[in-house]
Amino acid sequence: MTPEPATPPLPTAPVLQVRDLDVRFGDVHAVRGVGYEVRRGEVLGIVGESGSGKSVSSAAVMGLLPRGARVTGSVRLHGRELIGARDRELDALRGRTMSMVFQDPMSALTPVYRVGDQIAEAVRVHQRVTKEQALVRAVALLDLVGIPHPAQRALAFPHEFSGGMRQRVVIAMAIANDPDVIICDEPTTALDVTVQAQILEVLKTAQRETGAAIVMITHDLGVVAGFADRVMVMYAGRPVEVGGVDDVYYRPRMPYTVGLLGAVPRIDRDGRRPLTPIEGSPPAPAALPPGCSFAPRCALRAPACDEAEPPLFDVGPGHRAACLRWEETGPPSAAAPGVAGVPATRVRPEEPVLRVEGLVKHYPLLKGTLFRRRIGTVQAVAGVSFDLRRGETLGLVGESGCGKTTTLMEILELAAPQQGRIVVLGRDTAGLGAAGRKAVRRDMQVVFQDPLASLDPRMTVHDIIAEPLRTHGAGHPARRVRELLDLVGLAPAHAERHPQDFSGGQRQRIGIARALALEPRLLVLDEPVSALDVSVRAGVINLLAELKSRLGLSYLFVAHDLAVVRHIADRVAVMYLGRIAEIGAVDAVYDAPAHPYTRALLSAIPLPDPARERTRARILLEGDLPSPAHPPSGCRFRTRCPKFRSELTDDERARCVGDEPVVRPLAGPAGGRGANHGGDDHGGDDHGGDDHGGHDHGVACHHARRLDVL
Amino acid sequence: MAGFLARRLLNSLVLVAVAASLAYLLAAAALDPRSNYADRTPRPPAAVVDAQLTALNLNDRTPLIQRYATWAAGVLHGDFGRSVTGSPVGDDLRRRAGVTFRLVLLGLVFGSLAGVAAGALAAIGQYGWFDRLSAGLSFVVLAVPVVVLANMLILAGTWANERLLGHQVFLVSGEYSDGLDAGFWGRAVDRLQHLLLPTVSLSLGLVAVFSRYQRNMMLDVLGADYVRTARAKGLSRRAALVRHALRTALIPVVTYFAFTFGVLLTGATFTEKIFGWHGLGEQLIDSIFTNDVNTVAAVSVLAAVAVLCASLAADLLHAALDPRVRAG
Repeated sequence: MTPEPATPPLPTAPVLQVRDLDVRFGDVHAVRGVGYEVRRGEVLGIVGESGSGKSVSSAAVMGLLPRGARVTGSVRLHGRELIGARDRELDALRGRTMSMVFQDPMSALTPVYRVGDQIAEAVRVHQRVTKEQALVRAVALLDLVGIPHPAQRALAFPHEFSGGMRQRVVIAMAIANDPDVIICDEPTTALDVTVQAQILEVLKTAQRETGAAIVMITHDLGVVAGFADRVMVMYAGRPVEVGGVDDVYYRPRMPYTVGLLGAVPRIDRDGRRPLTPIEGSPPAPAALPPGCSFAPRCALRAPACDEAEPPLFDVGPGHRAACLRWEETGPPSAAAPGVAGVPATRVRPEEPVLRVEGLVKHYPLLKGTLFRRRIGTVQAVAGVSFDLRRGETLGLVGESGCGKTTTLMEILELAAPQQGRIVVLGRDTAGLGAAGRKAVRRDMQVVFQDPLASLDPRMTVHDIIAEPLRTHGAGHPARRVRELLDLVGLAPAHAERHPQDFSGGQRQRIGIARALALEPRLLVLDEPVSALDVSVRAGVINLLAELKSRLGLSYLFVAHDLAVVRHIADRVAVMYLGRIAEIGAVDAVYDAPAHPYTRALLSAIPLPDPARERTRARILLEGDLPSPAHPPSGCRFRTRCPKFRSELTDDERARCVGDEPVVRPLAGPAGGRGANHGGDDHGGDDHGGDDHGGHDHGVACHHARRLDVL
Repeated sequence: MAGFLARRLLNSLVLVAVAASLAYLLAAAALDPRSNYADRTPRPPAAVVDAQLTALNLNDRTPLIQRYATWAAGVLHGDFGRSVTGSPVGDDLRRRAGVTFRLVLLGLVFGSLAGVAAGALAAIGQYGWFDRLSAGLSFVVLAVPVVVLANMLILAGTWANERLLGHQVFLVSGEYSDGLDAGFWGRAVDRLQHLLLPTVSLSLGLVAVFSRYQRNMMLDVLGADYVRTARAKGLSRRAALVRHALRTALIPVVTYFAFTFGVLLTGATFTEKIFGWHGLGEQLIDSIFTNDVNTVAAVSVLAAVAVLCASLAADLLHAALDPRVRAG
């Protein structure tokens, strides 16, 4: 990746030109006056939160909206009007001149047809070729998008592919007829970060091969920073800021854009300062405020803002923003010093609240209906050790399938694990009876990922929050419920309402209030903010940080988002395929990751910083996560390890293959060589991150070496 | 795939054996052929009754297990024993199975195809006029007992014969006209005329059930991302719906289709009775009334075989529609 100018001169006529696009579903005005154009080889990023109309507008461009939608405005493809065009004309263009990549690769392919046939179908719809020729083309396309053994894999069915592989197939379908425009609707949202990095590379390849213009729709400011030439920010169905990437990221003129940039936790910044959340939540498309739709949440709101919706003002060359006060708006200021004010390096507290030693969880793999027999074992968690001390936050991170949720569930179950030991608040779970378990549950509460699914829709908020109090026989819940609502930033009047009356962020606050009802000492958080929009997420993260320091809580924070973890956690444990790869103080791990996997993970996360994104070197992992039913021998990461592949000598490799590394503390300052195996080959699992040498950083790699990747 | 089918076949055989044995044991234990002789005048002497029952393997003084062994040995050689009147069960069964089969097959094929088509169309135009109409009609048909429906069809048929068509088009009794001398084609037309109304009567219920089921299956896949993907490729709406949506939505319906066939073989009793077809359903009911243990058991065995054949057929159809089954 070489640095290139952010906005290269584009003299050619636009391939796709959208003007005044409006979409209504009944009374709901979902898209209001969207306009943009893209030229050959250009990438336009459309950024917005859920409900901003970004996906609906792209479906409208493709003519794929359900029949109830009313679309007005103009969409011109090579100068040809598409709105109101006949179905047959659109069918001829779709898949040939413009194509689309969708969000969820798991369901985007028809389950009963072979992958190769589905690609060949895309070819045969538009080209007069024989079945064989189409299949040959399909295999070539699979090869192009980086699927190993394409001829063989073309015969496979979608369920035999991982999510990342399926997205490659969808991309292969999209480029099958050499389109001029590719619309990508959140193409990487459903994927893990390392896979996301691979898919973005594939999209770049696809663009190079076809020379197509790309419209990239995303909610992630990082994804488009290094990928797009221009960015359009959408809010409540309208474009609110349009411009070159650098202009929008470094010189935003719309307070919403400024707010978004300030609300994103950054992986390259330590989390000692609070995020600046945007107050409130996006308006419902059926009930828009009278003037500027962002005004109710805007810090710069003036009376004039409520009068009429501001048009897009020209605020710079090729840069437009829909704000009356754009001249006063600027990039987010370096935030005020943090509330926590905790020094970056500090001594770990003594008192452990949770201790996990050599935890193992295997699931049997069964086959047969009448006579079930065991054909294998899924090693979901294969010997995990860590401890969490009073007032600490431990982030448990990893990609899907790494065992982080299983670990959490094992802890929550409060039963004897298959192997190993779990000690919660000084009590070994193996020795707990029903009464003991109930007592421990009082001190250990959980907040779940999906705030809607985890709250009973038939109960009022009061009942939800009071339920744990009643269960544990507390006297007068009413007062406590009011206190709790106040604590999490909700009004006491909210107690009478039902969960569906609240927005996602508010629901998660209710979930947190319920978890805090019994004044627990340990809070287990399972992806508590991953279902929330960026602007709302920051508020919940700040709330969690504030509650922790006010109530002296300890958090076990399970997440896949490393930026969120960096922001909130004191220590982090990176998991891979059921084992901990690296564990230690957040700054130590993020600033100088020693495990090749951690390094790849960190380098895969896109930063909302265009200039840095363009110059950053990515460590791309090859392939997919191996099946936890058949983990590789020795080091579990070796099959995808870039170091194993290209740096190590044969002797060193032999050690990776034959000998499974355990977590060992790293000694010395950053840049030094990691603690090696030394004499004992049978060292038991070290509970990672002990205070050896006062340096809290452990890694499970024979050839660990600290390196800065950010 | 072959291994899979072989395993299923073996499972099926075991299940048939178990089902048949249970059916025989239940019938032999519950039915009382001896009582058939009690009302006779003059009353036959006990020794004669015993001898007669023993000859038919129906004597309740012989231990059940021994009667079962005799019966099972016969069945293994294709002999289902004798009815209470002494005639071989097998001959009667074969004839009646043929009758039922001819009655049910057309109704089932027509009913399920029409049902699938109606359901798919209703789903595509969800909440449209066709959807509402087909839903309304389905519930009416499901709510009306077959007896009423069939008799209404007969009334409508005879009315149409007299008033609309002027001659006998819908024939409402029996399988064919006795003693008709009209050559092969004439006889075929006559049979078809007899088939019309019973087929409609059977299909209506099936259309009602299948259309509801297919509609739900179709609605599940209509919103599926892969249908959108198919359209994004450039397939027309129709092609995307047929090739990607309907094909996937048919898979669960096929299983249902096969089982319906198995059940209908003995379940079309009302239709048989009302239209005067002498099929298996009628025979089953009659034989229960006459305490005819061997016939009851034989019909049950046939029903079990039919259900399991149908389930095997369902597996084959499933594999035909869903190649993942074949590959895996």
